Amino acid sequence: MELIRLSALDLSISAALVCLLAGLSWALHLGIGRQLLIAASRSTVQLLILGMILKTLFAQTSLWLIALMTLVMLAVAGYEVMARQQRRFRGSWGYGLGTLSMFLSSFLITLLALTVVVQVHPWYQPQYLIPLLGMLLGNTMSGIAIALDNLTRNTWEQRQRIEARLMLGHEWSQAISNIRRDALRSGLIPIINAMTTAGIVSLPGMMTGQILGGSPPMEAAKYQLMILFMIAAGSGLGSLTAIWAGSRRLFDERQRLRLDRLSSAHK
Amino acid sequence: MGSQRKPLLLVRELHTDFIHDVNLALSAHNCLGLHGESGSGKTLLLRAIADLDVNEGDVRLDDRPRELFTGPQWRRQVGLLPAESQWWSDSVGDHASHWPAELLSALGFPEDVLSWQTGRLSSGEKQRLSLVRMLANQPRVLLLDEPTANLDAGNTDIVEQIINDYLRQHQAAAIWVSHDPAQLTRIADSCAVMDQGRFLPEEN
Repeated sequence: MELIRLSALDLSISAALVCLLAGLSWALHLGIGRQLLIAASRSTVQLLILGMILKTLFAQTSLWLIALMTLVMLAVAGYEVMARQQRRFRGSWGYGLGTLSMFLSSFLITLLALTVVVQVHPWYQPQYLIPLLGMLLGNTMSGIAIALDNLTRNTWEQRQRIEARLMLGHEWSQAISNIRRDALRSGLIPIINAMTTAGIVSLPGMMTGQILGGSPPMEAAKYQLMILFMIAAGSGLGSLTAIWAGSRRLFDERQRLRLDRLSSAHK
Repeated sequence: MGSQRKPLLLVRELHTDFIHDVNLALSAHNCLGLHGESGSGKTLLLRAIADLDVNEGDVRLDDRPRELFTGPQWRRQVGLLPAESQWWSDSVGDHASHWPAELLSALGFPEDVLSWQTGRLSSGEKQRLSLVRMLANQPRVLLLDEPTANLDAGNTDIVEQIINDYLRQHQAAAIWVSHDPAQLTRIADSCAVMDQGRFLPEEN
């Protein structure tokens, strides 16, 4: 099968649909048209630049350039996790917590996928590394952001209950156990839903891409399965790390609840 | 207080960002009555002694500095009873590993109280049950923040009696915050007032 190339005209047709939607939003006073157009332009610029960068990366296969690229991806994902928090940790923890958890989970799992599962040579072959890491980062990012937001928001709301348990001599981990459990669960729900409906309701993105690109459907299905499992492991591991470190950070060495380590509400 | 005994609870130069240097000493069986306007720092002082808020100073139990205890160990020995109790689980029984039966019956609760739903407790029931829940830890020092504020006269008498007995039986001491001067004369061996974060002992 041959890949059918898209022309500028083909893209313009789909872009026109977005403009139509923006026009509708303006006519109906939905107030979302501006945001829609900005997001659409952002994705246009970002993806075109990414396409160009990947073209160069694929041509060179330089470990340093690839490492730089992955770090930029991580840095942006870390910022995104922080930006989605209603109450962030103050100081370097605000940015560091999510970023480090994502680094630990996504990078380790991508490495595992490349060396043990797919066995690419060299292992940093960008054609495999960048898309795999991108998908892992993107999904782990949502999981960690949801889990952390849950942790800090519920701790803030239930501070009196937590302190009541501290007053009775409970350990910090006991006093926050149910909040921690809920936060972890919430971080894992998106990927559980994705796995549950995969192939029935939604045709997952990676599989769609491979099929459009001409791969045999069974191969595409196997790749999709691998990536789903990796994402599940990545979100789980990342959320676990973030929740463990984050909940520890909410208490000090005397096991006092330290809400002053959270910033006031954003948004 | 003519005894040469070491004080049970010793607080020296305790301060937080609101409370100024507090010095106090409490012997076993002793009850210190604490009053003062709302916002004067009574609750914050109790929280600082229980080591729930960031604070500095030398606080000792039986001459042992609190740094020798972990936070939870300290708070099991120095129990704080907040003015408003919190219940994090559905049934009453989940909130302590054991409940002293004689206290429950003294406070007028039937035996099945442990299976009651916390959402249906009245404020008076909550206040009495939270007292039992704290005493189950057998703390040496009781920090009581208006422990009878939601109780009628009959139950107030019972609670005063229970705490009085507890101090005697367990060689314990208490700081009792109350807005009721009559109650303070009944229960307190000495009194102090909080005023804008300052702790001022009163002569009686």
